[in-house]
Amino acid sequence: MKAALRNPVDFSQFPDANGHFERYGGRFVAETLMEALHELNEAWRDCRGDPEFLAELDADLAHYVGRPSPLYYAERWSRQLGGARIYLKREDLNHTGAHKINNTVGQALLAKRMGKTRLIAETGAGQHGVASATVAARLGMECVVYMGAEDIQRQALNVYRMRLLGATVQPVTSGSRTLKDALNEALRDWVANVDDTFYMIGTVAGPHPYPLMVREFQAVIGREAREQMLTEYNALPDALVACVGGGSNAIGLFHPFLNDDTVAIYGVEAAGSGIDTGRHAATLCAGQPGVLHGNRTYLLDDEHGQITETHSVSAGLDYPGVGPEHAWLKDIGRAQYVAITDDEALQGFHDLTRAEGIIPALESSHALAYVTKLAPTMRPDQSIVVNLSGRGDKDIYTVAALEGIQL
Amino acid sequence: MNRITHRFQELRRAGRKALIPYITAGDPRPELTVPMLHALVAAGADIIELGVPFSDPMADGPVIQKACERALAQGTTPRRVLELVREFRQIDAQTPLVLMGYLNPIERMGHAAFVAAARDAGVDGVLTVDLPPEEAAEPIELMNAAGIAPIFLVAPTSSVERIRRTAQLARGYLYYVSLKGVTGSAALNVAEVAEKLATIRACTDLPLGVGFGIKDPPTAAAVARIADAVVVGSALVARMHELADDPERMRREVAAQIAAMRQAMDQASMPTAFAG
Repeated sequence: MKAALRNPVDFSQFPDANGHFERYGGRFVAETLMEALHELNEAWRDCRGDPEFLAELDADLAHYVGRPSPLYYAERWSRQLGGARIYLKREDLNHTGAHKINNTVGQALLAKRMGKTRLIAETGAGQHGVASATVAARLGMECVVYMGAEDIQRQALNVYRMRLLGATVQPVTSGSRTLKDALNEALRDWVANVDDTFYMIGTVAGPHPYPLMVREFQAVIGREAREQMLTEYNALPDALVACVGGGSNAIGLFHPFLNDDTVAIYGVEAAGSGIDTGRHAATLCAGQPGVLHGNRTYLLDDEHGQITETHSVSAGLDYPGVGPEHAWLKDIGRAQYVAITDDEALQGFHDLTRAEGIIPALESSHALAYVTKLAPTMRPDQSIVVNLSGRGDKDIYTVAALEGIQL
Repeated sequence: MNRITHRFQELRRAGRKALIPYITAGDPRPELTVPMLHALVAAGADIIELGVPFSDPMADGPVIQKACERALAQGTTPRRVLELVREFRQIDAQTPLVLMGYLNPIERMGHAAFVAAARDAGVDGVLTVDLPPEEAAEPIELMNAAGIAPIFLVAPTSSVERIRRTAQLARGYLYYVSLKGVTGSAALNVAEVAEKLATIRACTDLPLGVGFGIKDPPTAAAVARIADAVVVGSALVARMHELADDPERMRREVAAQIAAMRQAMDQASMPTAFAG
């Protein structure tokens, strides 16, 4: 007798009511934040089913963000790689130049509904900070962005953009002075100012309901891509590729395809100088389960449970945790997680720039670099959708400096 | 009986309130921690909360964050903290000791291994800041079996329903966070705290400790009038940092801080009959 097949997972049923993706996710915060999270969860539950809220969100996405974003067939690059057809989901064409705005537009609408007057956010590379400052300016709300002192040095351009938009950029000098410390500091601010303040987390991490809520705001990427593939090309793609730091652009693309068994899914982490050097941010590839920033997930820590410092050429991937849904997708085998080094990502950056006339963000360049490995192993009648999560203008100083060019 | 419960019974009989100092283990240096603990007891501490340093203490203000960073730089691992507890216990078998820290270092050790090691070292309670009761089923079971009190926080924002559920699972005492903020924040509002404590008392018979924002003897005395225990942390940790280069003076002055709070609290809780 054959063993009964395990029922396929229905991915729309996760997380559960307490934010668990089986063993991952949850709410691991001090008691001082628990009621705030319940309040947020209830407000979010009311809004996600409210036609008026959704109509307002759709209108903002269409007229302010510029959605739907195109699905572009990178014909020349596909030919050069000599394998699968490659389609780029052009999140780089959104207002503010990355996918981050999909989430901040949504959370800002929710904040307004909840009567909050002050927005706070954490940022690493500055993209989420800029997207937060942007929506705050539009709604006339106060905005404070926490940013590691180290990152402020690395991302002067985005710091200036946030200030132009009227936000206060608050340097964080604790710990390793990077994104994880900015997140700690934003949580501390939220605890102290919970009555009037809305905390906009920029990725699918943090305590429940953030991983769910941010996923739902970002899932517009995958919904559009799926429909675009079906209507324009009459078929689902064979593979999806996206970079993973916290993992919001990746979940946004992946989620609407999770129940499509024929679609292979690849998340690409930052291998930095190489995983064996210890200087990387490849949480899923090289980390282990633990608890950080309010959820149980994979993370990079030492044998005593202290969170370790990470490295990536791309500040947006430089984070020692990862969204809990990715941790779960890895464990159940629905998605595969791979890692790309700084050098490979830089090559991907140049490849796309020269092949298609599109300068990608260094974060997205990790996904592109993996495509250069994957596409040649596939047939020309197969297709890959890769999330071009952001544009590379913000990175040209970094790239130039690495190549010894002074601008 | 657990040392914490025993201590609260003694205090209740004596008509006194518990004074609970907090210091971060390994700050400023691991070899100074145990002598500091003994000095605190000699100065009038009833229970001690010993911080287990963590790289990302998200509920703590700058004073305790920096203390964690200093302790970690000195190699203060969770196992080292337990060795310090064991060393303290060689001389002091009475004073209850509560570990206060974050979940990830415990998970890395494994809950069962951690609880067993904590019991063997002589730990009486564990307060894991980022472990709310609804996620704590396994550790609570392990701690109860080992005779270690799982201690939980209650906040100004906690609903009556949450307080009830938390109180059912907690042992030892409930720790009321006196204000919306992180450790070491501005002074608390005694009237507001009193109001909330009345609500909490209606939900539980556990002793109620109050912490966050208690910096000086007058505040300690005011809180002692309405709570069963007064927790003071950042004010001590800040002073320890200032005097880190002179361990003798550090112990003397921090002990004096505790002694002054002890005195103010004992005067505050004296029967009013003597006043007239």
